[in-house]
Amino acid sequence: MTTTTKTTTRLDVPKTYKLFIGGAFPRSESGRVTEVRDGEGRFVANVAKASRKDAREAVRAARKAQPGWAGATAYNRGQVLYRVAEVLEGRKAQFVDELQRTEGLSAARARAQVEEAIDLWVWHAGWTDKIAQVAGSANPVAGPYFNISVPEPTGVVAIVAPQSQGLLGLTSVVAPALVMGNAVVVIPAASSPLVAISLAEVLATSDLPGGVVNVLTGDPAELAPWLASHADVNALDLTGAGDLDWVALEVAAADTLKRVIRPEPGIAPETPQRILALTETKTVWHTKSRM
Amino acid sequence: MTSTSAALAPAERAVQLLGSDLSEVALRRHLEGLPAVDAVGLEARAARFGTRSIKTSSKAQALDLAIRMIDLTTLQGADTRGKVRSLVAKALVPDANDPSTPRPAAVCVYGDMVGHAVEALGSAWSAGKDDGINVAAVATAFPAGRASIEVKLQDTRDAVAAGADEIDMVIDRGAFLEGNYGKVFDEIVLTKEACRRADGSYAHLKVILETGELHTYDNVRRASWLSILAGGDFIKTSTGKVQPAATLPVTLLMLQVVRDWERLTGERIGVKPAGGISTAKDAIKHLVAVAETCGEAWLDPKLYRFGASSLLNDVLLQRQKLTTGRYSGPDYVTID
Repeated sequence: MTTTTKTTTRLDVPKTYKLFIGGAFPRSESGRVTEVRDGEGRFVANVAKASRKDAREAVRAARKAQPGWAGATAYNRGQVLYRVAEVLEGRKAQFVDELQRTEGLSAARARAQVEEAIDLWVWHAGWTDKIAQVAGSANPVAGPYFNISVPEPTGVVAIVAPQSQGLLGLTSVVAPALVMGNAVVVIPAASSPLVAISLAEVLATSDLPGGVVNVLTGDPAELAPWLASHADVNALDLTGAGDLDWVALEVAAADTLKRVIRPEPGIAPETPQRILALTETKTVWHTKSRM
Repeated sequence: MTSTSAALAPAERAVQLLGSDLSEVALRRHLEGLPAVDAVGLEARAARFGTRSIKTSSKAQALDLAIRMIDLTTLQGADTRGKVRSLVAKALVPDANDPSTPRPAAVCVYGDMVGHAVEALGSAWSAGKDDGINVAAVATAFPAGRASIEVKLQDTRDAVAAGADEIDMVIDRGAFLEGNYGKVFDEIVLTKEACRRADGSYAHLKVILETGELHTYDNVRRASWLSILAGGDFIKTSTGKVQPAATLPVTLLMLQVVRDWERLTGERIGVKPAGGISTAKDAIKHLVAVAETCGEAWLDPKLYRFGASSLLNDVLLQRQKLTTGRYSGPDYVTID
């Protein structure tokens, strides 16, 4: 009787993590990539390194997608954000694995972060059709008019995501911008690009219209100034820009009157204030009919 | 009774090239004797124009030149006097933030709007002189060209009488596709004659081939030759109402025809791609095609034009990027 031992060596199929622009996953226009290594220096993946031209394309895609997203009913936006949480739940294991490899977390802590992020999507999904009642008002005026104030989305929001807790940090800045119908161009934490692009894959399969969220992995110090000065960006969220020269970014943003969220003291995540920071108040006068 | 072509002196160019026998047969023999177009080679060549690196000061020059070559166009059934006035205002001051911005070559409108365009231009109207903005009018039952020759000629005369400096005529594509080259030829000759002003000068005649309806590159080459032989000052790709409009291979092919014509006769014919050129990047590709096909002498609004409406805004955005160093957005240019 002979025993044959069959040794099969299967080659790994490593994934190239590309950008997320306009609902598609292109490489960087510049052709650049960054190598990601784990805590022990082992190769994990190549990640696209976005250039200023990728940022320009991302803003263009966001501008194009924004009116459609803002025009969707609040109820529908809520459904889509909830769907993100559902899809994320199904792919939990992948996110846990990526967080362990890039952030060096234990399995338990990685899982805790993913679950917290999922819950945060659900929390924001609930706000889409409620925030207008909380922040809007019917104003008393001295005349025969209805006077109503409602929050409206600011438009295209450029975001520098928090530099720690890759998935949770990213969720805590992207989700509140989406609630009211803004479109987003986000630079995720330089240290955790993998979860950012995996989240983009989740967004792409959650009925979120292409271009509403655009993810530019790369160097925040290189990309943020182009977004801060871009005349077609309406708001700048610098929550994760504490280590950059964020004052210069705020000065550049002032040129085109952008709304700016500063890194310090910033606005606490998971608060209605966070959602309202990226809205504008529209006030409507309407005549009361007199019989 | 005289036939229409016998009533006029036929186009001098055709007589010189083909001799005094301008019968249908002679035209056909000439046009169908043109060498066939190498479609694969043409498209490969056109694709290469996008690979040139044009940066900083070259780019600034290219953008300004592109603006100077634009025929700023509105050709809608819904055009109003107000729409034409705002189009003219845009031509006069393309970018209110930067007075150094050059002006486009012409405004292009329907024939009945010529008077309003002339009035709105005021002293900036070129009135046939070299400086100033021209008024171009589409004529001959644009865009389909399906009307009797009398109607087409009256359409042309009306526009010229109202002050049009340039006439954009359409050829009879139906007759062309039937192989009835003589009819197409005669109509261009007659329209050219209708471009004559009271003082004996002529409004410039641009002949629209509507390449999207000609189906083959060989047809485009024949129609280009036919239009030049019949007396066109410019050959123009499309009306903008039919897709595909001005593709780069088609424009390249027409540039090759005018280059060959110059080598043959020393005379320079203009080319105007129209429709579908909406970004500064596209415009620069076209400029590269012009320079590399016909030479830099052709980089002149007298010999190359863009028929466009949204192109101007994109060029202005790129121009603003070059001057300010930051990306601009559509909020910083006028909508119309």
